[in-house]
Amino acid sequence: MSEQHPERHGYSEEDVLREVSELQTKSATAARLFDIRRIIGGLFVLYGVIVTITGLTDSDATIDKAQGVNINLWTGLGMLLLGLFFLAWLKLRPAAPPPPDVLPDEKPTD
Amino acid sequence: MQTPTHPTYLAAELRLPTNWLDYTILAIYFVVVLGIGFAARRSVKTSLDFFLSGRSLPAWVTGLAFIAANLGATEILGMAANSAQYGVYTTHWYWIGAIPAMVFLGLVMMPFYYGSKVRSVPEFLLLRFDRAAHLLSSILFAFAAILIAGVNLYALAIVVEALLGWPQWVAIVVAGFFVLAYITLGGLSSAIYNEVLQFFVILAALIPITVLGLKKVGGWDGLSDSLSKTHGDNFMTAWGGTGIGSDNPLGANWLTIVLGLGFVLSFGYWTTNFAEVQRALSAKNLSAAQRTPLIAAFPKIFIVFLVMIPGLVAAVLVPKIGTSGSDLQYNDAIPYLMEQLLPNGVLGIAVTGLLAAFMAGMAANVSSFNTVFTTDIWAKYVVKGREDGYYVRFGRLITAIGVLASVGTAFLASSFSNIMAYLQTLFSFFNVPMFVVFIIGMFWKRASVKSGFWGLIAGTTVAMLNYFWIYKQGVIDIPSDQGANFVSAIAGFVAGAVVMVAVSLFTAPKPAAELQGLVYGTRSPGMSEPPAAGDDAWYRKPALLGWGAVVLAAACYIPFSF
Repeated sequence: MSEQHPERHGYSEEDVLREVSELQTKSATAARLFDIRRIIGGLFVLYGVIVTITGLTDSDATIDKAQGVNINLWTGLGMLLLGLFFLAWLKLRPAAPPPPDVLPDEKPTD
Repeated sequence: MQTPTHPTYLAAELRLPTNWLDYTILAIYFVVVLGIGFAARRSVKTSLDFFLSGRSLPAWVTGLAFIAANLGATEILGMAANSAQYGVYTTHWYWIGAIPAMVFLGLVMMPFYYGSKVRSVPEFLLLRFDRAAHLLSSILFAFAAILIAGVNLYALAIVVEALLGWPQWVAIVVAGFFVLAYITLGGLSSAIYNEVLQFFVILAALIPITVLGLKKVGGWDGLSDSLSKTHGDNFMTAWGGTGIGSDNPLGANWLTIVLGLGFVLSFGYWTTNFAEVQRALSAKNLSAAQRTPLIAAFPKIFIVFLVMIPGLVAAVLVPKIGTSGSDLQYNDAIPYLMEQLLPNGVLGIAVTGLLAAFMAGMAANVSSFNTVFTTDIWAKYVVKGREDGYYVRFGRLITAIGVLASVGTAFLASSFSNIMAYLQTLFSFFNVPMFVVFIIGMFWKRASVKSGFWGLIAGTTVAMLNYFWIYKQGVIDIPSDQGANFVSAIAGFVAGAVVMVAVSLFTAPKPAAELQGLVYGTRSPGMSEPPAAGDDAWYRKPALLGWGAVVLAAACYIPFSF
């Protein structure tokens, strides 16, 4: 290539296109990476439960500190709802299965 | 860097009344962070998986990671500080200083970035210009990324020491270890997943602070009345007192705000900073890549309220904040409200949110550093043409080295904090000429291969001369660092553009055949991929999302302009 294009630095847009396209066909992320909605859902449900229970058992002094608002209760319920929203979204719209031509030999079994 | 740099220092009396409950919440978060790293590990097979998540993530994930990478704790504390000091002017960093640039990245630039299949911002420079421009931008980016990662780590250590009482070195080592572990294991995928998680946790932390803060000062009306009385009417407006020649605490007028912040600084940061652009490059197709910054734009429009209101509330509750009459610095605004208002439980969420934001700010820089160092420096100039597995192993090694270097930088920063602030300002000037070089290279076919390098050098030099000589030595009088920053950015932009045009006129242009997909008006094969199923839905149209964000941001100005 260098004798045809003496001014080239030996690395062209075709090289990048070819190299990245090739890597993309071997990539495993699409097939194997878990769905983050499960983690967000799980963590926020757990946090929501912990903080809501704290809110239900908070003393009056604690509530006075927060300007008379039971902030633990409200924040806890909010986080719980967000967590449930992600779990419901995951249930209703599961991730599309990877296209069959990606890693035919190493498709996960689940 | 977008965030104005305030000296990071927190008053010692801010020690939070944390208990076992708050520490349980924090511990759960650390376990989940590590879990994400281990679980993402099995998805790393090629270097593309490690550095760009195999270009396979959905738009909402990359979009939230895009905003979270920017929503580091230095940004959160810094913007609250900015609000306590300058008032509602802070909205400029969001509505004019971010949204137009994010929309431009998504609608105009992304087809070139994503369609050309480059793996990094410097790699685009290699294709459009030459090795000199490529190597210069790669090396500068690598240094800047480590520096900013180290500064984040140091800021974390100071905050953790003040709030929780941990010695600084413990916080630096613990946070460094977790970032090292999850990025080395899962690469960019685990960095991005943790950023998405951090986005929601930081919202769960900031919303209660904002709501309770407002309640404490009598709602928005109470807040507005007290501050107008003590700080003057302009404090509660976005544009009041920004006429040219009039005096305001920001030290900037509407022209330097629009051109310096809104155009040069903001476009430089959002469109060429690889720590941001990398999130979009990991999206699964061109439509998702275009939507990445556009999806991020909508939360960005509203997040300003969650940092500005706590800053303003702190200015009411502690009228002398930031002056010698008070122990509290501007940076203390949010920690002060946490201590005053939050009970155990939500307090744990808030502490977790802050720590998560610090770690994500560091991780975004580490994960873009390892990509540039491996694909742009190592694989192109040092050890070329090895099998792909070698570069994955090298990427993991350089991640570890990068984290250790940031830990070193953090310890250095603790003894030489002034030098660090200086260096940070210095590196912020490299984004400006980067933007000139991109914009001219993308829109002007005639820009020659040599012009990129000289544009970078000239723009950087002039911006630095303007800041460190003309402003710092008092040759001309600009009232504040922020104002000087805006003017320096404009000067750097103009100088870079002039030099690029001049060099282009005297050197040979790049042959048209080698510009396909790199210059406006040309196409690359990557741009013609058919849209994926469902991407033709109206709510996934990039143009609608982009213009919607611009209109919404402009509308937000209305209540603060009269």
